[in-house]
Amino acid sequence: MIEIENVRKSFGALEVLKGIDLTVAKGEVLTVIGGSGSGKSTLLTCINGLEPIDQGRILVDGTEVHAKSTNLNQLRRRIGIVFQQYNAFPHLTVLENVMLAQRKVLGRPKAEAEAEAVRQLNHVGLGDKLKVYPSRLSGGQQQRMAIARALAMSPDYMLFDEVTSALDPQLVGEVLDTLRLLASEGMTMICVTHEMKFAREVSDRVAFFHQGVMAEIAPPAQLFEAPQNADLRKFLAATH
Amino acid sequence: MFFDTALSTNDLIFLARGAGMTLIVTAISVFFGTVMGIVFGVFRYQVGPWWAAPLTFVLDIFRSIPLLIQLVLANAFVTTVLGWRVSGFTVACGVLSLYTAAYCAEIVRGGIEAVPPTLRRAARSLGMSWGQDMTSVVMPLAARIALPSWIGLALGVMKDSALVYVVQVVELLKSAQILITRLQEPLFLLIVCGSFYFLISFPIARFGGYLERKWSRD
Amino acid sequence: MFNYNFRWAQALNSLPRMLEGALVTLEVALLSMVIGIAIAILLTLFRLSGSRILGAIAATWVEIARNTPALFQIYMVHFGLGGFGIHLSPYLSLLIGIAFNNAGYLSENFRGALKGIPDTQTRSARSLGMTPLQAFRHVVMPQMLRISFLPMTNQMVWAILMTSLGTVVAMNTDLYGVTSDLNARTFRTFELFAIAAVIFYLITKTVTLSARLLAARLFRY
Repeated sequence: MIEIENVRKSFGALEVLKGIDLTVAKGEVLTVIGGSGSGKSTLLTCINGLEPIDQGRILVDGTEVHAKSTNLNQLRRRIGIVFQQYNAFPHLTVLENVMLAQRKVLGRPKAEAEAEAVRQLNHVGLGDKLKVYPSRLSGGQQQRMAIARALAMSPDYMLFDEVTSALDPQLVGEVLDTLRLLASEGMTMICVTHEMKFAREVSDRVAFFHQGVMAEIAPPAQLFEAPQNADLRKFLAATH
Repeated sequence: MFFDTALSTNDLIFLARGAGMTLIVTAISVFFGTVMGIVFGVFRYQVGPWWAAPLTFVLDIFRSIPLLIQLVLANAFVTTVLGWRVSGFTVACGVLSLYTAAYCAEIVRGGIEAVPPTLRRAARSLGMSWGQDMTSVVMPLAARIALPSWIGLALGVMKDSALVYVVQVVELLKSAQILITRLQEPLFLLIVCGSFYFLISFPIARFGGYLERKWSRD
Repeated sequence: MFNYNFRWAQALNSLPRMLEGALVTLEVALLSMVIGIAIAILLTLFRLSGSRILGAIAATWVEIARNTPALFQIYMVHFGLGGFGIHLSPYLSLLIGIAFNNAGYLSENFRGALKGIPDTQTRSARSLGMTPLQAFRHVVMPQMLRISFLPMTNQMVWAILMTSLGTVVAMNTDLYGVTSDLNARTFRTFELFAIAAVIFYLITKTVTLSARLLAARLFRY
């Protein structure tokens, strides 16, 4: 379970998170929507400790992320994150990309890491690209590789930060399909996204962020069909 | 004085003359080297890699063998093989000029090649001749691209000029060495001498870096 | 054409000794590169560490290496350290002097290379649970070395040329030193140094060419 309690975060004078309270249960798929600058991406990087927070606390299975005593490297093994930019490691083959952290962070033996990498790459449909360098892959393929790389760490949670935003439109579908597959397998996921159709289909709940505040959170049917918040109504009207 | 030293006023004058020699050799070599470098660089660019191959080969030699050997070899060739009576200073300036030219030609060619061809076509389509295009469009732009590297080259030549001692030119480092042998104060003299190079090179190198950053932004 | 009698045959008799010297030259240059690269990586880490003291050490090293003559640096190792009672052999003085120079220039190259590697690479390595050092070692450094490969090749050529400076600390086993010694006995200055020049030329060309072939094999991405 991820518990977010009254989290505040500023970049200089700009307050991007103004007291967020949110709980994500095991097995839940939460999507976060909202305009740019609404603080939704920042929240993700706070959850896995890449960004410090100014106030409040975030608990992952009871471990406080920003506590001094917390071993972040250990915690991050349990929380996978995939970013908008695919961040493939260009000097490693697809297989090596997915094996590296398994070997160095989890200390898995080579054979085991390789078997897991192959399994995850097959899972995201890249089983035929094992020996290829990322520069030979399309954006969509690189993004699926990044997902496999995170999954190979056997995380309990997956965070997706606008993973389709940098992709050409025709490549968005294959990545979303991969996310759908994960959701159907019961992975706990928080997806920041602009894909409304996707949000509607896969989410257990959808949260709408506006100017650093979580303005509304509800199951998708309710949030999309009967939005309560005026900003959300405006936002939905603009995106349709 | 900070250091307890046996250095006399005369010794200081001796060192200063060495420093002067370093600067003179550097200035002469950078000047002639740059002029030749521009000529060679434009030539190489203009005739293409095939016809420029002999020149490219010769210039490459200056960058592939130690400067020390170039100096010794040139000195031996001029004085013993040709039997001319030429001073070490002349040999030093001649070799360092060619050495500078070899690097400068690369910088110039690189600078010209970095000028967008579309710009050149635009200039020619306005009715400019080759010469006009070269002097009023290509060269000013290429100079701007090449200046930071050229500053690096000039500073490099100043540092490399320390090697002209081998043809009996007493520049800064050699005069320091002479004093070291006499006074047995290596550390102090070396620091004085190193500081001289550093105090000239460091600010100019910084300025070159600043220009490079500034110009690569716009 | 010349009043000078070339005695190539006599000079060529010394070729075996000069080739032995060439091996020493190559050895010093290679060792100085290995040490130089290792120190340059360390200096790069110093700069990335965020520590003011470590950053200042790295900056001082780089600026001295780049803004004073290599000859001065070798002098300093030999005679300067001598002032502190540390007396090094000519071989070690030359090796350390060149390695010092290499480290300074390479560290600056590495710094430039790092600008070409997006921060997001480190970020995603860290988000996979890697420590900062692991992220550097396994993700950033390989890319940094790849980008710096050409400058490293150039520095290797420089290192080879710099071995000739060993003569100022009485180094006499490298190619320049051997040639100098032979010259002192036979006075065939032009012939001997011309042969040395050809050997130097062949060495530097071989090194550049092998580096190019190596790069093609090493970097397939």
